[in-house]
Amino acid sequence: MSVQIKTINLEPKRQTFSHIARRFGEDKPASRYLEGTLDIQATENFHYKPLWEPEYWHYDLGKSAVKMADWYKPLDPRQYYYATYNISRSNMNTAVERNFTFVEERGMLAKASSGAIGAIKRGLLPLRHLHWGSNMNMSEICQRGYGTAVTAPCIFSAMDHLGMAQINSRVGLMIDGQTGTSLDEAKQTWLSDPMWQETRKLIEDSFVERDWFHLYTAQVLGVNAVFYNLFYKNADAAWTDAATAVALLTEFQSDWLADETRWSDSVIKTVAAESEENKALISGWAKNWIVRAVVAAKPLSSALLGDNGAAAETAGAAALKKAASLGLAV
Amino acid sequence: MSGTKKLGLRQRYEHLTRGLDWETTYQPMDKVFPYDEFEGIKIKDWSAWEDPFRLTMDSYWKFQAEKERKLYAVLDSFAQNNGQTGISDGRYANVLKLFLTGISPEEYQAHRGFAFTGRHLRGAGARVACQMQSIDELRHIQTQIHTISHFNKYFNGIHDFSKMHDRVWYLSVPKSFFDDARTSGPFEFMIAIGFAFEYVLTNLLFVPFMSGAAYNGDMSTVTFGFSAQSDESRHMTLGIEVIKFLLEQHPDNLPIVQKWVDKWFWRGHRLLGIVAMMMDYMLPKKVMSWKEAWDIYFVEAGGALFQDLARYGLKMPKYHEIATAEAEHVSHQNWCTFYQYTHAANFHTWLPDNEHLDWLSEKYPNTFDKYYRPRFEMWGQMAKEGKRFYNNALVQLCQVCQIPMVYTEPGDPNTICFRETQFNGQRYHFCSDGCSDIFKNEPEKYVQAWLPVQQIFQGNCGGATIPEVLDWYGYKFGEDNFDYVGSPDEKLWNEWHADKIKAAS
Repeated sequence: MSVQIKTINLEPKRQTFSHIARRFGEDKPASRYLEGTLDIQATENFHYKPLWEPEYWHYDLGKSAVKMADWYKPLDPRQYYYATYNISRSNMNTAVERNFTFVEERGMLAKASSGAIGAIKRGLLPLRHLHWGSNMNMSEICQRGYGTAVTAPCIFSAMDHLGMAQINSRVGLMIDGQTGTSLDEAKQTWLSDPMWQETRKLIEDSFVERDWFHLYTAQVLGVNAVFYNLFYKNADAAWTDAATAVALLTEFQSDWLADETRWSDSVIKTVAAESEENKALISGWAKNWIVRAVVAAKPLSSALLGDNGAAAETAGAAALKKAASLGLAV
Repeated sequence: MSGTKKLGLRQRYEHLTRGLDWETTYQPMDKVFPYDEFEGIKIKDWSAWEDPFRLTMDSYWKFQAEKERKLYAVLDSFAQNNGQTGISDGRYANVLKLFLTGISPEEYQAHRGFAFTGRHLRGAGARVACQMQSIDELRHIQTQIHTISHFNKYFNGIHDFSKMHDRVWYLSVPKSFFDDARTSGPFEFMIAIGFAFEYVLTNLLFVPFMSGAAYNGDMSTVTFGFSAQSDESRHMTLGIEVIKFLLEQHPDNLPIVQKWVDKWFWRGHRLLGIVAMMMDYMLPKKVMSWKEAWDIYFVEAGGALFQDLARYGLKMPKYHEIATAEAEHVSHQNWCTFYQYTHAANFHTWLPDNEHLDWLSEKYPNTFDKYYRPRFEMWGQMAKEGKRFYNNALVQLCQVCQIPMVYTEPGDPNTICFRETQFNGQRYHFCSDGCSDIFKNEPEKYVQAWLPVQQIFQGNCGGATIPEVLDWYGYKFGEDNFDYVGSPDEKLWNEWHADKIKAAS
C-alpha cells in the first residue's frame, strides 16, 4: 500500500536554461549544481581593462599558460554549490564541537605530558599560518581564475582554510586557558623558528605566482598533498600521549583533506588530459612544488617525529605517485 | 595583546582572523600586495580597522546552512505546487526576467570582486570580511538562479540569461557599471560596491524587487529575499566601516573618496532607472511609487547618512538634487523607451490601463498628467487603430552609463539632455552633466566602452538586420520579445486561469 497525493501536473515549456541545453540536450532537467555553475561568468564584450592589470581583461583566458577549450569541463565531483557546501561543512563542524567538548571535559590536553604540549605548540599551532596562506592562495585563484566550475570551489576552499586556521587556533586557546599566549608564541615560531622557515618561504613564494593554474597546482599538489597530508594523516607519533586528543581536535582537517582532494585531483586530471602542452606544464609545476614541499617539510618531520625527515619523504613520494596517477609525468 | 587574562570577544576574534596574518619577509609585501597603493589612498595603520561583524567560520557555516535548508524547502514546495500559477498576474514574470538578466549576473561580479579585495587589501581584518561577502554573493547568484529556474520552465525571455547579459543592448548598462567597479582599484571597488551600492542604494534595488515579490504572490523570490536579509546587513556594515576607515586614516583620502562617492552615486542613480520602471510600471500590484521610495530611502535615509559622515568632511554626492528631481521622470521615460523598443527587449511591455494611469497621475501630480499620460493615451489610440508604435531607429547611447539618450534637461522635460566633449580628436556624447564629469575624470577608461549600438553598426553583433541581431542576443523572435498581450506568456497564463476568466465574464 502506498499513499498517493494527486498533484496538478503542468507540462513545462523547457526543462532548463538554453546554455545548459546546448551542452546536454533539450530534454532533461539540470541539477542545481549545473544550473548554479555553468556559464555564469561573463565571457565576452567587456568594457574596460583593469586599472591594476591593463594587459588582461578581468576575466581572461590568458592569465594561465594552460589552455582549455572549455573551462566548464573540470567540474566538481562533489557537485558543491553554496547550499550543499555549507550544509556539508556545518555537518562536519557538528563533530568539531562534539570533539572539543569531549577533549575538554576529559581534560585530555590538561593531562597530557609537557612534551606533547610542547610538540603541539611548536608543531601544530603554527600550521594555522600555513592555512591562512592557503586561504590567500585560494582567494587569489577564485578572483584570477577562469570559469565558475573551478573558481567557485576555490572560494569554498578559501573559507575552509580560514575555518581550519580557526580550529587550530582553538586548540591553542584550549592549551593556554583562552589567553592567546600560545597563539602569540606560535606566530613567533612561524616567523623565526628555523624548522618552519623553508615552509614559510615556500608559501610566501606562492603568493607572488601570477599564473593562476600554476598557483592551483602548487597549492593542491605541493601544500595540500605534502604538508597537510603529513600533519593530519601521518604525524600521530609527534603528539605522543596527546595523539588521540589531536586526532579528535583535527578530525575536520583530516576529513576536509579527503573531500578537497577528491575535487582537486579531478580538476588536475581533467586539465592535464586536455593536451600534451597542459600535461607538460602541470607536470613541471607539480614536480617543482612537491620537491620544494618535501625539502621544507623535512626539518618539521625530523624535529617532530625524530625520523630524519622520513615522513616528509614518504608524503612527497605519495604526492608524486598521486600526480602520476592523475596523468602527470613527474 | 595577550596575557594571562582570558580574551574578550573582540580580542578572541582578532586572534582568529587578523592574528593569522604576518608581514612577509621572503617576498616583499609590495609584491605580495601589488594593487593597493596606486589609487593614492593612504593607510597609516591597518590595525585600526574595526571588524564590522564577528563571525567565525563555525558560526558562518551553521547559520548559512540553516538558512539554505529552509530556503530550498520553500523552493521545492513552490515548484511542487505550481506556485507560478498563483502570482498576481502573468505580467509579473517580466520583473523576474529583468532581475535574472540584469541583476543576478552582477551578484556574480560582486562575488569575484570581493574575492579580489579579499586577497589584495593589505589589512587582514578587512580581507576576512571581504571574503565572507564574496562567498555570500556567490550564494545570491546561485539561489537567484535556483529560485527563478522554475519560472524559466514556463515563461519566456530568461532561458539564455548569461549570454543575454553579455550581449543585449540595455543589459550593457548594468554590465558596464559592474565592469567599471571590477576594473577599478581595490579601494574604489570597496567604495563603489561596498559603500555606494550596498549601503546607500541597496534599499532602492534589492528591497523593491523583494517587496514586489511579496506583493505579487511570488513566495519563492520573497523567501530568497528574507533569507538574504542578514547577508545584506553584514554587507552594509562592511560598506560603512570601509568609508569611515578610509576617511579616518588620512586627510588626503577625503578628495579621492569624495570623487568616488560622486561617481558611484551618479552611476548607481542611472542604473536604478530600471528599478524605477519596474516599480511604477511592471508590478501588477504596486508596492509604492519610485518617487516615494526615492524620498524615503535616498532623500531621508541617505540624507541622514551623509549628515553623519559630514564630520569627516564628506559631502552629499554631486548632482544629488538633480537625481532627486529626476525621480519624477525617470520611470516614465524608461518605460516609454522600452515600449517603443519592445521588439528588442527580452521581456514584454504593455500600456498601463486606466486604473494604472490614474495611480500614476496620483503618485506623480507634478509630471504625469502634464508630460506622460498624453503620450500613453496617444499610443493607446494608435494601437487601437492597428498602428502600434515601434521605434526602429538605433539610438545614440551615453558613453558612460550606456543608456539611450532619452533623459531630459534638468527643469525642462520637453528637451532631451545632450552633453558632449572631445578627447584625442574624437567626439563623445553624454546624457547628463553627471556622466560627462565621470568621463572627463577618466577619459582613457570610458573611451574603451563596448557600446551596443556602435557594435551593431560595426557588424559585431550577428548581422545588419534587427532579427539577425536579436538572434545573436539569444532571443526567440516572437516569444521572448514584443507586447505581453498576444504573447505565448499571456496565452499560457490565460490557460491556467481559464476557469476564473470564464467565471468572471
